Amino acid sequence: MSLILITVISICVTSGILLLLSRDIFRIVMGLAVLSTAANLVVFSGGRPGSLVPAVIEQGSQALAADAASPLPQALVLTAIVIGFALLCFALILAAAVVNQQGNSDVASYQENEPPAPASTPGSAGEKASSDKPSVMEVES
Amino acid sequence: MSLLLPFLLPIATSLLNVFVKGRLLTGINLASSFALLVLTMQLLFEVATTGSISLVFGNWPVPYGIEFYADGLSALLVVLIALVSAVVMVFMVSWEKISNKPAYFAMMQCLVASAIAVSLAADLFNLYVWFELMLIAVLGLMVIGKGRQQTEAALKYFAVSMVGTLIMLAAIGMIHGAVGHLNFSALSQLAASDDTGNSLSLYGGMLLLAVLLKIGAFPLFAWLPAAYHALPAPMLALVGGLLTKIAVYVLMRISGQVLDYQLYHEALGWLAVITMLSGVLGAAYHWDLRRILSFHIVSQVGFLMLGVALASPAGMTGTAFFLFHNILVKANLFLIAGMVWMTAGHYDLRKIGGLYPAKQLLTIIFLLSALSLVGVPPTSGFWGKLLIIMETFSQERYLWAAAALVTGMLTLYSMSKIWVEGFWKPHPDEPGTITIPVSIYLVMLLLSVIILVMGLVPGPLIDFLQQQQWQPVGVL
Repeated sequence: MSLILITVISICVTSGILLLLSRDIFRIVMGLAVLSTAANLVVFSGGRPGSLVPAVIEQGSQALAADAASPLPQALVLTAIVIGFALLCFALILAAAVVNQQGNSDVASYQENEPPAPASTPGSAGEKASSDKPSVMEVES
Repeated sequence: MSLLLPFLLPIATSLLNVFVKGRLLTGINLASSFALLVLTMQLLFEVATTGSISLVFGNWPVPYGIEFYADGLSALLVVLIALVSAVVMVFMVSWEKISNKPAYFAMMQCLVASAIAVSLAADLFNLYVWFELMLIAVLGLMVIGKGRQQTEAALKYFAVSMVGTLIMLAAIGMIHGAVGHLNFSALSQLAASDDTGNSLSLYGGMLLLAVLLKIGAFPLFAWLPAAYHALPAPMLALVGGLLTKIAVYVLMRISGQVLDYQLYHEALGWLAVITMLSGVLGAAYHWDLRRILSFHIVSQVGFLMLGVALASPAGMTGTAFFLFHNILVKANLFLIAGMVWMTAGHYDLRKIGGLYPAKQLLTIIFLLSALSLVGVPPTSGFWGKLLIIMETFSQERYLWAAAALVTGMLTLYSMSKIWVEGFWKPHPDEPGTITIPVSIYLVMLLLSVIILVMGLVPGPLIDFLQQQQWQPVGVL
């Protein structure tokens, strides 16, 4: 069981990082989704997976049987899945909005918030880019 | 109950914002912010008189239940969060462009609630959940503007901090798998024992990596100036004043008290030196007011990391003092930046000027905050820096001290750049004639007075912080 988990986690991490390094916005979001699966599996694997003894305390005893699976990581991972899912949904909508506004899905072309190219002297041609863009307040009204 | 109310109240207000609008909305939010201030002060009073408070859910014994915990440090931090949120709330209400957008209020309350809960959480998973809520709230604040700049900044911030939280989650999973505990006090005992100490130091390093990413430490700070750029002025004050400082507080807890390894402190110290210098050099290079202040955040969290790296009660006292001072000063400076934008029409220093003849009071407030940021007596920044640098000398870390002093000098350089360009030189075009609402002046004056009082009478606060035990947290 551990061997399977380790294989799956390492495949998830590898492919997640590979996708993250891409320049395409949806691949990046997918990469984050795959990575979050890997992180969830890491949490899950901390709880003695593979045990077939139910995580129920027998009547009359005070603790779980020695080789029972620990229920706590499962509870943790459930919380983490819910949070990860919500964030993934948000990220997909955000990515769609960004693609709509920018007109392409290449993240390297998103330079709205980056500093302008260094100007040789203040006030010369190099200083346009971000400083001339509509500022926050104008945009939102 | 006094531990729960400070974050239940903002959450409730945040939900309430869905149902009301107009004057009722601003009224409820204002009332809630001031009630929060009272509640947190009550918590501080309780902690100061009876010692630390702990609350464990579901009647479980301590290392197993979900624990919330407040000692002097976290209670003071919570009061400051409430203070900054009240100040920002007054700003928001007096500014029409913000006050007619209910979503800002809902997200802002959510951010305040999560920031307070992070400061009070006493186990790692609880901490992780509140960190995620904080991430979601900040993302919400960013995208409300809907512009290209906003969505792009939100996307970049999302991608970077998501990687951070995933690393944090994986580290928490491994820590639980290795030792079976997540509670701070249980972990600090396990870290000190020989059996589990080594494996914990490995996973704890991974946890610290995630925290350092949230802090904006070198080389993981590139997201910070790019993301803060897109926030409207009052939100910038809230996020810029609180977000990274909360992460520094978590670092103080984890590296200073829970997983107290010499190796971490050494690494943190050198990282702090690079972070300080790269942040302040970035600030010296840029011309955009928001970008300069954002890079200053990077350099100041570097300074705070240096204090954490010293890993002694004196270092922790200095760090805590500097942390509190920095929250106030940074919030005030971002509010001033918002005012500068309103009056002079731009954030770019090359395109503005003439603020000194136009707005004298604003100039005085800026001067005070800027001097405090640089660390000139008699302002609050001086004592924080003095405490930390004195401790570096007494630990014979001369290189670290030298880096901190050079950083201070370069901070003076970029602050005088703002002074000369924004306030002294005449405005290149025709300056606007906007009158700043009195309420905004009042809250900025309030922050300035607190900064000044902290600088003139630092004794009580330093004494209070020195009485903190700086021992492992929790009640085990």
